[in-house]
Amino acid sequence: MENGSNGVLNAFRHGSMDAFETLFRLHQRAVYCWILRIVRKPTVAEDLTIETFWRIHKAHARFDPARGFEGWARRIATHAALDWLRANRTEAALTADGLREPASDSAADPAITAEIRARVAQSFARLPPRLRVAATLALIEQLPHKEVAAALGISVAAVKLRVFRASRMLRKDLEQQGIRP
Amino acid sequence: MKPNDLSQNEEQINQNEEEFQALLRKSLPSIGNAAEPARDLWPAMLRRLDEKPASVPWFDWALLAGLLGVAAFVPASIPVLLYYL
Repeated sequence: MENGSNGVLNAFRHGSMDAFETLFRLHQRAVYCWILRIVRKPTVAEDLTIETFWRIHKAHARFDPARGFEGWARRIATHAALDWLRANRTEAALTADGLREPASDSAADPAITAEIRARVAQSFARLPPRLRVAATLALIEQLPHKEVAAALGISVAAVKLRVFRASRMLRKDLEQQGIRP
Repeated sequence: MKPNDLSQNEEQINQNEEEFQALLRKSLPSIGNAAEPARDLWPAMLRRLDEKPASVPWFDWALLAGLLGVAAFVPASIPVLLYYL
């Protein structure tokens, strides 16, 4: 068992608040980090972490301890992030807050200007949310397609198709703005 | 087109795609696994769990009842109502 405790998972399934708190404290960082990779906004990621665990709490009776908590939580987190992207497309398109995060800035290539970074971020934000999630996780975070497929609840072939379509749309959008590799 | 030309063309396409993806990664660096929330989220979680579900305002129920009444007494209005849904 991934968290080393069958008892906690079973107790959570039966509605124990203590077990829920234990799982929350064990997994909140991983869930937050996963959501941040998708939405790239720390405050939004915090809110969506709470939303994710709220959904987890509501669905406790449907949880299957044999299949593990982490993958289940990650799938719920991915859908919470997708829902947010669908509901907040304008906000997501106008800002690129993730770029101003200290960790991201230190990792950014100095040869790439702030303007190019902003345009790439805006191009990502213009993608349909389901393509954007697949492209962000596969192209930017470089996660294996299998992992992305499990989080989205789709096949690996569907992930590859989404990434391909997203890449084509991004390329076209950026080329129209005069940005080429 | 000769097979050699085809493979060269394919290589060129793959190289272009790799360069494009590299540009994306340089522009939007990976967040990775190191990020942490800036605060303890458990108190906010407890507040969220204590929230009562939002109740549907009486006006919405009245509107629904009115629409159902119109649909029941004037069935010809159903396509119009569906059109505006």
